[in-house]
Amino acid sequence: MASTSGYFKTSYRADLSLVETRFRRVWLLIFIVGLVLFPLFGSPFLLDLASQVFLSLIGAVALMLLTGFAGQISLGHAGFIAAGAYVTAILFKEWNLPFWLTLPASGLVGAILGVIFGLPSLRLKGVYLALSTLAMHFIVTYLGAEYETRRGFATGIVIPPPSLGSLKIRDPRLWYFVLLLAAGLALIFSVNLVRSRSGRAWVAIRDREVVAEAIGVKVPFYKLSAFVIGAVMTSISGCLFAYYRGFVSVEAYSLFLTIQYVAMIIIGGLGTILGAVFGTVFVVLLPYTIDAIGRGLHVPARFTTYMFAIQYASFGLIMIIFLVLEPGGLVAIWNRIRNYFILWPFKHKPLGS
Amino acid sequence: MQIIVNTVVLASLYSLIGCGFVLIYRASRVVNLAQGELMAMGGYFLFTVAMGLFHDPFPSLLGASVFSLALGFMVYFFLMRFMAGESLFAAILTTIALGILLRGLITLIWTSQLWHPLESMGMKNASHGLIEDAVISTFGIVTIFSALLLYLGLFFCLKFTRWGLRMRAVGENPLLASRRGIRLHNYYALSWGLAALTGGFAGMIQSCDAILEPGMAVIGLKAFPVVLVGGLDSLVGVIPGAFIVALAEIVAINYISPQASEAAPFIVLLAMLLIRPWGLFGTKEELERV
Repeated sequence: MASTSGYFKTSYRADLSLVETRFRRVWLLIFIVGLVLFPLFGSPFLLDLASQVFLSLIGAVALMLLTGFAGQISLGHAGFIAAGAYVTAILFKEWNLPFWLTLPASGLVGAILGVIFGLPSLRLKGVYLALSTLAMHFIVTYLGAEYETRRGFATGIVIPPPSLGSLKIRDPRLWYFVLLLAAGLALIFSVNLVRSRSGRAWVAIRDREVVAEAIGVKVPFYKLSAFVIGAVMTSISGCLFAYYRGFVSVEAYSLFLTIQYVAMIIIGGLGTILGAVFGTVFVVLLPYTIDAIGRGLHVPARFTTYMFAIQYASFGLIMIIFLVLEPGGLVAIWNRIRNYFILWPFKHKPLGS
Repeated sequence: MQIIVNTVVLASLYSLIGCGFVLIYRASRVVNLAQGELMAMGGYFLFTVAMGLFHDPFPSLLGASVFSLALGFMVYFFLMRFMAGESLFAAILTTIALGILLRGLITLIWTSQLWHPLESMGMKNASHGLIEDAVISTFGIVTIFSALLLYLGLFFCLKFTRWGLRMRAVGENPLLASRRGIRLHNYYALSWGLAALTGGFAGMIQSCDAILEPGMAVIGLKAFPVVLVGGLDSLVGVIPGAFIVALAEIVAINYISPQASEAAPFIVLLAMLLIRPWGLFGTKEELERV
């Protein structure tokens, strides 16, 4: 981290700490307290929005680990989410299994899928890998759709709210805390992972595979581990998604969902966990923001039918703008603004720093 | 018998879509995931031209082709040109974003209603009996013949004309080609224009054969198994690829379930990746190996 503020690390503990400087610690604490207190005064609509952000955050961080750090292109993210959701739905419908069994089961199936569809990455790169993960998406959703029609759930599978012991998670506020906890755990896990040996190995593979192998990184192992970890986290988010919505249907896991997740990490900024957070917030809130703008401008009622198309088109447009004009994503913008204030009143960093 | 007829018609449609994909890939190594949307745009151009300008089929087809070609050029000059030299992943993502944008625009301009361009041209899609009660529609025949014509035309142009030669040179070695005075941007744009034209033509025929709706862009996704089976950089390979994928799909519809037809092309794709990742006719060196 840039420490132009005069912050010097004086011990190994300080070097290992997750949050540097007191300034950041204080603000992070205020932020967390704000998140915890949020349900007290947030409306149900805002709570739902926040819960959606937390849910998507798990999947976005997982994709960030896989694509942003390990450099493995995946277009099958919706397939992993669908796998988690369908495992949950099938286990519940067929054997009536409780939440604390379906959650690890989803993770396990995700791990198996991760190994199977990570294997092509040992031989293939780039376009070919992207197309094989795309194939995975279609196969998983086909299996899900086949299950739905064979068992007579053609319109979708209804799942009751999960219960832990005697506690039934139904209240939106309770859901908020559950998802906040899940997203927080995913974040802490990922942040620690990328600064450990695995994370450094992934970055080495992403930047130059031959060199990574030459300096002793076990390339096949770390590639597969990236796929497995990404798939497990995503499947678990799929399981939570199924419970949160209370409904599993194949239409929810279209290719557009994959594209949304990819957009999150692109718009946020590849190669940073913070980018996944920014991107998730941006992409999840975008349709609602456009809706709110439409209502603010008092768009005539006959145009509201176009709202969905407008959301769709502007989503594509924003993605293009980021890809062409700001490939570093929101994180690059954030860093620029932060550096401006850190360096103020100077315009540039001093030479040699 | 009906299965064979259906396979041939579907394979012709796929080879029309797939050839645009290969043209772009050969010229600039960009994988165009917006091919389905370019195709749908062709159908909508035909509908608009047929409604607004001419009511006869041939001038309408011609007008829509001009629009499709122009769309391809515009996509290159206003968007893909900026992705030159960027990473492969960024270029692929840009085409995905382009696809979303186009789909949004389609719904904005023409709404998500179903349209029948054939009616506005005052035509009917009659079905003709073949041997052994097999049936083929008029536009099924049109699909087959236009695919044949297109491939003959492309083969002739790439082999015997000056710009065909240059285009192959650009695909083979852009650096050398530009040193010899070939304007790279123009030929990349040409590949995009041709891809939009052939894809759009597929969309026009498909919208006449069936109906016109934004969801038809999904057909474009199946172009990936087609070109991967044939080899990403091989124009000739598209034809056998299209036949294999179309056969797998038709067999899945008839013997397993209609839903299986969505997954069948991708199972073929995975099988091909396991056996011969570079495809039937692709060059082995082309494959980005680990």
